[in-house]
Amino acid sequence: MHRTGELYGQFETLEQQKDSAALGMWIFLVTEVLFFGGMFMTYTVNRHEFFTAFGVGGNTLDIKLGTANTIVLIMSSLTMAMAVWSAQTGKKKLVTTFLILTLGLGCVFLGIKGIEYKQKFDHHLIPGHNFDISYRVNHPEPGESPQVLAAEREELAKAWAADPNLNSHAQLYVSLYFAMTGLHALHMVVGAGLLLWLLSQAVKQRFTPAYNTPVEIVGLYWHFVDIVWIYLFPLLYLIDRHR
Amino acid sequence: MNAAEHTDHIVSPKIYVAIFFALMIGTLLTVMAAFYNLGPWNIVVALGIATMKATLVVLFFMHAKYSPGRTKVVIIAAIFWLAIMLVLTLTDYETRSGEEVRLASPAVPTLFHV
Repeated sequence: MHRTGELYGQFETLEQQKDSAALGMWIFLVTEVLFFGGMFMTYTVNRHEFFTAFGVGGNTLDIKLGTANTIVLIMSSLTMAMAVWSAQTGKKKLVTTFLILTLGLGCVFLGIKGIEYKQKFDHHLIPGHNFDISYRVNHPEPGESPQVLAAEREELAKAWAADPNLNSHAQLYVSLYFAMTGLHALHMVVGAGLLLWLLSQAVKQRFTPAYNTPVEIVGLYWHFVDIVWIYLFPLLYLIDRHR
Repeated sequence: MNAAEHTDHIVSPKIYVAIFFALMIGTLLTVMAAFYNLGPWNIVVALGIATMKATLVVLFFMHAKYSPGRTKVVIIAAIFWLAIMLVLTLTDYETRSGEEVRLASPAVPTLFHV
């Protein structure tokens, strides 16, 4: 037996039933706002205390990959919104198409995130005994512009002069980077699982103009995860980069 | 089950695509702004654009604009509680003199030096 959108006894109308489901999801999202809020709070307080190290840390991130991921995630939000529209207007095949696109873009996001994490390992930026904020400038890739490297070295020397514990404090930045983007990526993985479940229902053509609450609710979750990234991207990648 | 009884507010794809392009323009602007040093305005510009983008997502992609009042109250409550946490915690940290508070940082010995 599966649900087809029949009215349950505790509701007066289908509209009320659907609004209640959406309200429940919103209340869950409130708890998520505060959950992520704690992380943003930790980041803000530490950034205020160790601004030199956080500035240096922010410049170790790859702005091109970060921007690409932002674009990918906004595109996936558009396809998710279009999946909701397709379900509401009874375009059953389009629902499947848009859900596959959303899932695909979500996987592209996680793939790019994986490439970024790999870079952090290569650059000795994993918190622990081998952490070395100066590793990258001392071990440049072949073909890197000498002017840019010289500028980066000068910047780093100034940072060491301003903060003798730069290496420890930069680890705080990188730890928060991994905690925040990791928690966000975990939410993306959960979202991908929910999308797979929606797809299993969509290929059986279960979503109709009368019954599409699951698509709408998973959509709310997906857009929320997008909003978290909308804030993570400027805070981690952008505010300390000026070159 | 009666489909005619259902009164969903269906947002048209035109609005979704328009919001998508607005979000793209916001992303472009915030990345461009990152390459200029605006001093204390760096954070204001970055978070201002992020908040505009988030508002568009909440209002249109998440249908908050077309939701009943009680859903809007829940959304406003979320922002309000988040503001309580951020503002009250910051009033504490910002008003202490620097020497009294020391945040913990990992005491990992540095093996490599410049």
